[in-house]
Amino acid sequence: MTALDRKLIRDVLHLKGQVLAICLVIACGVATYVMSLSALTTLRGAQAGYFERNRFAFVFAQLKRAPLAVAERIGEIPGVRQFMARVVKDVNLDVAGFAEPAVGRLISIPEVYAPGLNELHLRQGRSIEPGRPDEVLASEGFVVAHGLKPGDRVTAIINGRRKDLEIVGVALSPEYIYQIRAGQLVPDDKRFGVFWMGREALAAAFDMEGAFNDVCLDLSPGASQGEVIARLDQLTAPYGGLGAYGREDQTSNRFLSDEIKQLQRMNLIVPSIFLGVAAFLLNVVLSRIISLQRDQIAALKAFGYSNLAVGWHFLKLVLAVVAGGVALGTGAGAALGLQITQMYTRFYRFPALEYQLPPQVVGLATCVSSAAAIIGTANVLRAVIKLPPAEAMRPEPPAVFRHTVLERLGLTGLFSQPMRMVLRNIERQPVKSFFSTLGMSLAVAIMILGRFSYDALDYLLEVQFRVVQRQDVTVALVEPTSYRALHEIAHFPGVVHVEPIRAVSTRLRFGHRVRRTLIMGLAAAPELNHLVNLQLHTVPLPPDGILLNTKLAQLLNIGLGETLTVEVLEGARPVRQIVVAGLSTELLGTAAYMQIGSLNRLLREGPSVTGAHVTADALEAEALYDRLKATPRVASVTIKQAALNSFRDTVIKNLLKLQSFNLMFACVIAFGVVYNTARIALSERGRELATLRVMGFTRAEISFILLGELGVLTLQALPVGLALGYGLAWFTTLFLDTEMYRIPLVVNLSTYGFAVAVVLVAALLSGLLVRRRLDHLDLIGVLKTRE
Amino acid sequence: MIEPVIAPVPGVAGANEPGRPAVFRARGLTKVYHMGEVDVHALRGVDLDLYQGEFVVLLGPSGSGKSTLLNILGGLDVPTGGRVHFCDQELTAQDEAGLTRYRRSHVGFVFQFYNLIPSLTARENVALVTEISRQPMRPEEALQLVNLGPRMDHFPAQLSGGEQQRVAIARAISKRPDVLLCDEPTGALDIQTGIVVLDVIARVNRELGTTTAVITHNAAIADMADRVISLFDGRIANVRGNAVKVSPQELRW
Ligand SMILES: Nc1ncnc2c1ncn2[C@@H]1O[C@H](COP(=O)(O)OP(=O)(O)O)[C@@H](O)[C@H]1O
Ligand SMILES: [Mg+2]
Repeated sequence: MTALDRKLIRDVLHLKGQVLAICLVIACGVATYVMSLSALTTLRGAQAGYFERNRFAFVFAQLKRAPLAVAERIGEIPGVRQFMARVVKDVNLDVAGFAEPAVGRLISIPEVYAPGLNELHLRQGRSIEPGRPDEVLASEGFVVAHGLKPGDRVTAIINGRRKDLEIVGVALSPEYIYQIRAGQLVPDDKRFGVFWMGREALAAAFDMEGAFNDVCLDLSPGASQGEVIARLDQLTAPYGGLGAYGREDQTSNRFLSDEIKQLQRMNLIVPSIFLGVAAFLLNVVLSRIISLQRDQIAALKAFGYSNLAVGWHFLKLVLAVVAGGVALGTGAGAALGLQITQMYTRFYRFPALEYQLPPQVVGLATCVSSAAAIIGTANVLRAVIKLPPAEAMRPEPPAVFRHTVLERLGLTGLFSQPMRMVLRNIERQPVKSFFSTLGMSLAVAIMILGRFSYDALDYLLEVQFRVVQRQDVTVALVEPTSYRALHEIAHFPGVVHVEPIRAVSTRLRFGHRVRRTLIMGLAAAPELNHLVNLQLHTVPLPPDGILLNTKLAQLLNIGLGETLTVEVLEGARPVRQIVVAGLSTELLGTAAYMQIGSLNRLLREGPSVTGAHVTADALEAEALYDRLKATPRVASVTIKQAALNSFRDTVIKNLLKLQSFNLMFACVIAFGVVYNTARIALSERGRELATLRVMGFTRAEISFILLGELGVLTLQALPVGLALGYGLAWFTTLFLDTEMYRIPLVVNLSTYGFAVAVVLVAALLSGLLVRRRLDHLDLIGVLKTRE
Repeated sequence: MIEPVIAPVPGVAGANEPGRPAVFRARGLTKVYHMGEVDVHALRGVDLDLYQGEFVVLLGPSGSGKSTLLNILGGLDVPTGGRVHFCDQELTAQDEAGLTRYRRSHVGFVFQFYNLIPSLTARENVALVTEISRQPMRPEEALQLVNLGPRMDHFPAQLSGGEQQRVAIARAISKRPDVLLCDEPTGALDIQTGIVVLDVIARVNRELGTTTAVITHNAAIADMADRVISLFDGRIANVRGNAVKVSPQELRW
């Protein structure tokens, strides 16, 4: 090993506290990076493999009822490689020991296995056997949620008749990786289950012999999905087609893709911020090292080490720190990535979700953090390379002191001598003080960034589930009916208030943008589905025209007063023009609303409803559920509290898990930054303080001079950090804006308080650590070596 | 061996010393530092020849330009005007890389504040230089030359000022330089220690034949030199040869 490398190692050991702190900060960045990228790789790999092996379809369509002959014509559409015409029906379920209503989706499969699309993965038990009409395969999520096993039975309520289904096997499907009903925002494994049943039996139960109501198909290579969808729509329109859509709009797949997108963004923003802080710290520490080693640099150059050799020596120091950070961070990131993957296995049902950490991820993490470190220290390294040896030979000129602003204002008397030294030290080096302050502000800001999502999610739940949705239960009917159905429901046990809903499937078109959306017709002044603006003030539902939530408006790129084309996907399938007459704010999903009367007119129909929002007495909930389950026309029942709970259990848990990692990292970073600031102050003042000690100052007095400076810097940093944190929070909300949910920019006081508290504690601990060093200050040693 | 390439020129410091090959030949050296509004003239036209194997002392009050001159000769700095030759190589025509190569192969420096690397032991400090030299001594050999054999594995902080300076000298001579340039090597030392250090330098000059230039503002030290060149306000004020060199131990401070 060369002497220069020995110097490198000893320098690193000498600075171990600071080096460790920076390593940890880099490790945090690398860990978040490795965590999200490995989770991403795992998820993507699992998705692609599953889709490939189990032949996930490319185009899907639902219709009311069509004879199988139509299916043959679908198969003849150019570009269709394979198709599967199925019967798919949602029914109410009765599960022993579970009072609330649950929805079962029954999907037809051939009684004898034949290779097809969306093939099932049998997890447990066996497949169904021909000639046994009661046998079904059940989705794993539902089976697990209810503690069922092969051999158990559930009861489906089909047209008011109870039919027992025997679960003979547990299966997974690429169509239900994320097991969610269309229109719902979150999965609820207890209240929604998928069952695969023999085609004959299912058709018989629903009068669908020789017919189908669902089709999915595979495209030949090079086929145009758009054209196939258009042809498919033409074919299914006479049979109540609801509009075909591609894989990308398939519910489960879209949620999964959203999650992947989210991870991709996480992958960008959080590690970037962390690595930015690390680069900043490296810069501060390295410039300090350089100014302490000016004479050494000069000597090296005088003896014939080239500029580049000396620059490389210090770059190696930087890279050594990066290497430490990458090693630590990769380990932590892999551990956390594994945890995230395990969490995913609870939401996303894959045959196998094996954690993958490809070497490229580590390679990329190394490159990115090295690049950040090099960019962060480039100016210092350039200074090292440029430093003229003759210049470096002479000691740095003594610092220029002036009276501080406060003293010039005549306030000298206010300060003790040590306090004056503190203030002058800070004022003397405005740039250094600025950077120290900036560093600690970043610590505060990162704490806010790490914690504000808790506030934002609280706010989101509050707004969505208390302010906007005020119903207890939402009832969906099998088909449009008269208001009589509502009067009936109003007399069900415990029902307090009922409001009509007319939901209709549509395709909204503006310019070249298209979205499949339900239009919800609501009461003229809906009380159970409040529409609000950003300030949570009620937005009136316009008597004419349509109201969109801002996310949908943004996706369609449409503004107030512009005209939207509505393609209705039921009945006579009219195409109408309608003016956007209002916008509302919602933090979940996309939606379009109209006054129910106006929607009925748009559909050229008399007063009719497809469902209701209901408030009910909690004490009579069970009786109400029983009644609803037994009502044939009720297609499904959604209980708000249950939706809220499952939203909490899934999306929020998921997000908060990621956030808790970030918060942990933020704490580490805050400590790293503050400790570094303190150590640098110590190394800068060591000589001076030792001199003061020699002159008879007490330990307490010199501690005050050093820690006072740290204290003043910390106090300066707090307000700056709070503002910076708000800015960072705002910046992240831009990246957390998906179709499924928007994270609002809400930062509670408690979060500010928390950030301040953590940084103060960090400052205090760092102060104590530094103070310990001050107590052991080597008076003679410090005075002997020339700085 | 260095060839005599430059004929002595009358009127130039050192030019009255015929017959020996000149190692350095400087002509019309000026150095101006621009300090904001004011220009500081550190050198105002210096002509100088240094000869193979001689021991020269540069004398002068603080601020007279001694360090500036030595730094230029050592390739650490470049003059504002004038030319410097080292043997047949024009230093003033070299770029940064050329100067680095020149320092690496020909020059040994000793500084007033030693400039040792505190994180390296005495031996390692010397190795720092020997590792990049073509025909160096072994670090141990160099340290023995300055009588520091037993302290080889000590860190600078464990050595006295004089010992540190001797490590610095060992470091400078370990590469077997053609010239040894010392900027106030005893400036930070007491008399006794200073004499030990000067003795080492004189011995290196005598035994290895290294052309040596030592800066000092202590006139007493001048008696141990072959020649004494006095600077004043950026100019050479006086050059004198010593008929008899005094050994460091006999110097009267
Ligand atoms: N880098 C510099 N910038 C400005 N002035 C300088 C610089 N280096 C030297 N000087 C000035 O040049 C003059 C000569 O300096 P120097 O050669 O160091 O003197 P000496 O070594 O004889 O004490 C002094 O006035 C000094 O202030
Ligand atoms: Mg000098």
